Amino acid sequence: MRDTLRFITCGSVDDGKSTLIGRLLWESKQVFEDHLSALERDSTRYGTQGEAIDLALLVDGLQSEREQSITIDVAYRFFATPRRRFVVADTPGHEQYTRNMATGASTSELAVLVVNGSKGLQTQTHRHARIVSLLGIKHLVMAINKMDLTGWDEVAFAKIVEDFQPVVRDLGFETFQPIPISALNGDNITELSSAAPWYKGPALLTYLEEIDATTGVPDLKFRMPVQLVNRPNHDFRGYCGRVASGKVGVGDRVRIVPGGMETKVRSIVAWKAELPSAGSGDSVTLCLEDEVDVSRGSVIVASSDPLELSEQFEARVLCLSDHHLVAGRSYLLNLHTCQAVATITAIKHQVDVRTGSHLAAKTLAMNDIGVVNISTDRPVPFEPYDRCRRLGSFILVDRLTNETIGAGMIDFSLRRAANIRWQAVDIHKAARARQKLQKPVCLWFTGLSASGKSTIANMLEKRLFAAGKHTYMLDGDNIRHGLNRDLGFTESDRVENIRRVTEVARLFVDAGLITIVSFISPYRAERDLARSRFEVGEFIEVYVDTPLEECERRDPKGLYAKARRGELTNFTGIDSEYEPPESAEIRLDTVNNTVEQCVEHILYKLEHGMASKPEAN
Amino acid sequence: MSGYLASLEAESIEIIREAVALAEKPVMMYSIGKDSSVMLHLARKAFWPAAPPFPLLHVDTTWKFREMIAFRNRMAQESGMKLLVHTNHQRKAEGVNPFTYDSDTYTGLMKTEALKQALDAGKFDVIIGGARRDEEKSRAKERIFSFRSPGHRWDPKLQRPELWNIYNARIHPGESIRVFPLSNWTEADIWQYIADENIEIVKLYFAAPRPVVKRSGQWIMVDDDRFPLNPGEVPEMRTVRFRTLGCYPLTAAIESKATTIAEIVEETQTARTSERQGRLIDHDQSASMEKKKQEGYF
Repeated sequence: MRDTLRFITCGSVDDGKSTLIGRLLWESKQVFEDHLSALERDSTRYGTQGEAIDLALLVDGLQSEREQSITIDVAYRFFATPRRRFVVADTPGHEQYTRNMATGASTSELAVLVVNGSKGLQTQTHRHARIVSLLGIKHLVMAINKMDLTGWDEVAFAKIVEDFQPVVRDLGFETFQPIPISALNGDNITELSSAAPWYKGPALLTYLEEIDATTGVPDLKFRMPVQLVNRPNHDFRGYCGRVASGKVGVGDRVRIVPGGMETKVRSIVAWKAELPSAGSGDSVTLCLEDEVDVSRGSVIVASSDPLELSEQFEARVLCLSDHHLVAGRSYLLNLHTCQAVATITAIKHQVDVRTGSHLAAKTLAMNDIGVVNISTDRPVPFEPYDRCRRLGSFILVDRLTNETIGAGMIDFSLRRAANIRWQAVDIHKAARARQKLQKPVCLWFTGLSASGKSTIANMLEKRLFAAGKHTYMLDGDNIRHGLNRDLGFTESDRVENIRRVTEVARLFVDAGLITIVSFISPYRAERDLARSRFEVGEFIEVYVDTPLEECERRDPKGLYAKARRGELTNFTGIDSEYEPPESAEIRLDTVNNTVEQCVEHILYKLEHGMASKPEAN
Repeated sequence: MSGYLASLEAESIEIIREAVALAEKPVMMYSIGKDSSVMLHLARKAFWPAAPPFPLLHVDTTWKFREMIAFRNRMAQESGMKLLVHTNHQRKAEGVNPFTYDSDTYTGLMKTEALKQALDAGKFDVIIGGARRDEEKSRAKERIFSFRSPGHRWDPKLQRPELWNIYNARIHPGESIRVFPLSNWTEADIWQYIADENIEIVKLYFAAPRPVVKRSGQWIMVDDDRFPLNPGEVPEMRTVRFRTLGCYPLTAAIESKATTIAEIVEETQTARTSERQGRLIDHDQSASMEKKKQEGYF
């Protein structure tokens, strides 16, 4: 049995979680005298227990949460008994902070779900059980607290346990232990209390000391994601990482994923010494027999037990941010040490965390959990989360704000990459371009409504046509009458709008055409995604830089006036944001230049092959 | 080494390597104390046989114990790492010192302001520090990769969710990340590890006769002749040691007979007060650490 147990405490507001942890620290004598005198001071000031010491104040650390009497962030506590060490993630019960609970659960092996015995099961109880289960926790303790308020009512206790049994079965917990307690009075915490002679199970701390919290998942063979290559000089090249599963010994055959090269372990380097072997959880440096291509994000695995590689997954995703997760938008995906650009290609359904039922969803909002398909810009090595947490968990990072916006667990590879082959064709892009005597490009015009995009694009196309070039123009308004007539102006519809146009433009470029796209395309992330679908030098972003006041003054369609009157919503520049390009290839100042001058500028850059370098804003 | 300490060590090494892999220009804070000694040891292990690929940064208030400075210079040389030392000379010239100014003002200028100056001058994006979650209540909520807004401010509401062992170190210019590889260690773990790994620490941690005076009920060591004695006050020799080390006028000694690591470990396990009790700066006001952290203190 392991000498450490990492567990999370969760439950609804006012169930007494903080008091319970304060009690555990108190009982295991982890409270120092100076902490105690601070506690006595604070109890009279903030406490809810009158003159008695409020143990919850031992753990409610931040001043802002003391003033509101709620816990708003996850706190880590450490205590020990002679038999075991404990790391506790104390997590909030308040609904909008569910993301912190998932954070605490991600590194825990067991969950202590606190229920207020005088109130019974709450929506939050179900929600938290489902979240800890989603995060892979297989061992659940239900601490039914405040039993003193029920007069230690055995029937009330039994009813809560019975009502919760279907959830335990449904979520597949391997162990489940309900314990009636009073954190306030210390009953059934370290030893069984005479208050409830009918309870025959263990006291809470005794149970936590004794439980074997490993899971029944069979161990995988050796896997180590490479964190960095240590190469101080020409004589030494070591691969640093922490072993995610299995064992490795000197002389073992290993494979590098991706790449697939096989070699042998030459040595396992530790501090001023070499080791014969290393196992799961060890941080080591491996040296290999042969020169193979290994970099950060590669995984070194046992040759006998290969690792999957895929660019399409089904995953469970939890949204952590008040920016919604949107299908079609690209994010950075951090999976073990590997980073890729990822797109949610479809939200299959949202999970109702209370009942587990499936709900239709177009986006995932903060605290929503959904099952999604994810595609990455290149194949990445992984294991399903339920087989290996370290190789199956990922976060999604917003490319603009750098916020951690989602957390995900891979269920399986969709293997689409293997099933759908590109149709090989003999007449390809280069051949068509040669026939037309031109370099096919996508000129992507972005800017506010009435900035002059369509006017400039129109004249540019006329000039190119007159010069014998083969062109096509995709205009925002026109496309919305046909291909995209089913889309509105919500954020997710705007993303899909751009995605479709991007794909059409890509086909036209493939056909050899100079393709002009004229779309407001307000979000940087979508324009970047569009860019990523083209070859280098093929995508030219043209920023029609007209200030909002000027656009509003021109207002040829009267749209700004309508939006200002509140008759149009989601209007870019008014109640919907426009994110200007940071490094557009071409920037047009329409206040100080005429339409002709703008067109001349673009033509000049195209003719002189200067259109693939960004211009200063 | 126990399985528990071995896993703490492996986790810390993983964190230090992630910090380096994700940083443009990393730096490690070095305060010469026992936690810094452990952190330096872990960093050297993480990159062996190479030296850790970042410099050490010490913010020197010029009021550190003399033994600490000598120890610092020797350790930097032994590790093969570059040592950067920064002092807020402007404030020193203005006469800021720990005697005439209250500890809040003194620390704010000579430590926090000095630290920001050093970090800005070095343009460091990832700063590795030795804070532990068990030290103080507001630290129990600290992330391992802690996001700092421009101006090095810590806003608890802007902290990124941190799941599994996956860290998000992406930042915009002017922002930074502080990384705490010792987050999950306790004071007892630190001492046990120092014993198991035979890590050298400043001798001030061991009991010895030292000249001290009593101020506000605590023993303060008279480390040099800059210490303003009260009329008639004479330092007395007492057998004392320090549980934490900082500026000598602000760091209280405890009476102790522990002269070996084993005795310190035993003393720590039976201690009835936390180690920060000896730090005069934490008692200034309620929630004082939370406030200092928001301003950029480590």
